Amino acid sequence: MLEVKNLRKSFSGFVATNDVSLTAEKGKVTAVIGPNGAGKSTLFNLITGHLVPDAGEVLLEGRDITGIAPHRICKMGMARSFQRTNIFPNLTVYENLQAAFIAYGGQSLNMFGVARRQFRDKTEAMLESLALTDVAHMVAGEMSHGAQKQVELGIALAGDPTILLLDEPTAGMSAQETRESIELLDRIAKERGLTLLFTEHDMDVVFSISDKIAVLHQGRIIATGKPEDVRLDAEVRRVYLGGGKH
Amino acid sequence: MSERQSLLERIPWTLVLTLLAATVPFFASRYYIDLATYIAIFALFATSLNLLLGTTGLVPFGHAAYFGIGAYVCGLLMGELQVPFLLAFVLGGLGGALFAAIFGFFCVRLTKVYFSMLTLACAQIVWAICFKWNEVTGGEQGYPRVPMPDIPFLDWLPVHPRSLQMAKFYLVALALCAIGIYLLRRITLSPFGRILNSIRDNAERAQFIGIDVRRYQLYAFIIAGGFAGLAGGLFGVYKRGVFPDYAYWTKGAEVLIMSILGGINHFWGPTIGAAVLILLNGAVVSYTEYWPFVLGVILLVLLFAFPGGLLGGLETLWRRVKGRG
Repeated sequence: MLEVKNLRKSFSGFVATNDVSLTAEKGKVTAVIGPNGAGKSTLFNLITGHLVPDAGEVLLEGRDITGIAPHRICKMGMARSFQRTNIFPNLTVYENLQAAFIAYGGQSLNMFGVARRQFRDKTEAMLESLALTDVAHMVAGEMSHGAQKQVELGIALAGDPTILLLDEPTAGMSAQETRESIELLDRIAKERGLTLLFTEHDMDVVFSISDKIAVLHQGRIIATGKPEDVRLDAEVRRVYLGGGKH
Repeated sequence: MSERQSLLERIPWTLVLTLLAATVPFFASRYYIDLATYIAIFALFATSLNLLLGTTGLVPFGHAAYFGIGAYVCGLLMGELQVPFLLAFVLGGLGGALFAAIFGFFCVRLTKVYFSMLTLACAQIVWAICFKWNEVTGGEQGYPRVPMPDIPFLDWLPVHPRSLQMAKFYLVALALCAIGIYLLRRITLSPFGRILNSIRDNAERAQFIGIDVRRYQLYAFIIAGGFAGLAGGLFGVYKRGVFPDYAYWTKGAEVLIMSILGGINHFWGPTIGAAVLILLNGAVVSYTEYWPFVLGVILLVLLFAFPGGLLGGLETLWRRVKGRG
């Protein structure tokens, strides 16, 4: 599905991504974990075209997408959510999702239609599936952090992606919100047969939903495998999971 | 609440405001017909600016360039080549759009204040050309030989014969501006307009729903330049001459002030701002020569009291009243 080969990126001498190779298999949930500054966000930005790698390749279903602009990559079926909440804050929740459907539905250049009447059914179905129907007409930027994350997920899903990249989907959420949004993600991923690649700091979340985990440390992958294998890996325990001293 | 608002939204404002404005020549003096003509033209000019400012989130300091280009193209075509008014008017708009496409191509490559400064630089280039290219533009003296169109089909108007010429042109200008504003409104409310809103709110996110942000900003820039050109064409014909200061940056600042005064988050903000500013100017100038001082004070008070402009302030007030009732 998604294959990253020997990816490398440095910023004025500092190597943020060092020879990273990773695959995310179709329909599976892959997590990238690692301490702050390990290079998770950089890796995501390299995959989605927000950054251009110094070396290496990114393949999406066998197609080389290295260095292609984000708006093109996203038309190939990749969607992403961002670490800090990234929605359209002055639009209502409804308008947020509708804008995404307009963009994905190829209506962006339609100057004489009426935006409000576009993709109503799809927008309403998406609101329903994200449990946002009640707050549909609230200004998105004024909602709680958790709700904004749902909106962001909705925007990402509007393109009916085959692969979804989530950068810390539960960052800044309460324990309650975290549990709810993970259940939601899990359900939606299964319903749609989505391939999920995500980073996360909450280890309970990671170990509960991942099929595969890659551990990033100082720009390198130091371990990759099934959750139970990664949990027992000596180096991972030493540098990250904090179990090394026992 | 949404019921009430949708009722307000259902009123065809463009038509209502146009019909109201069309009654002016039947009861008002030449002085007010003059002000009303200014208001119509600047409402279109300011609304075109707001497609960038309020809708797309770009702050152009050089929007006067396209107003000026429209004025020169329309005026010179009519004066030198005897092109009929309506055709010259449309070509003036196309001229504005064409130059907006050329300059905009570079401007949208920069963001925020750098974008603003580059639009200003482009406007100064246009102004300098108008100012210096004596053979074509008449240079510093401008080109004062733009003919007033005859408009014989409105000769039957029941107005004072002394105001007839002004009234005829006013009604034609009003109709053309209304069409322009109506088209801008359609564009603002269209799916394309929603995409511009999403760029204004969050360009990074817009990119990742598949929007080529610069390309859409350029389209908005071209459309805004085109409508500014139309407004400029009308203004040149009304003043019977075109002069370099039409393209000077202070003209662009004037419409920026109108938009902010009226409220950039409302489609009708710039129109209201244009009306208020022009009427106030007219009133204040007859009492004191310190108009810029008065304008400064008004802006200061307004920006602190109603950060969302006049319409933004009214909306807040309206919500409060309803909240109580």
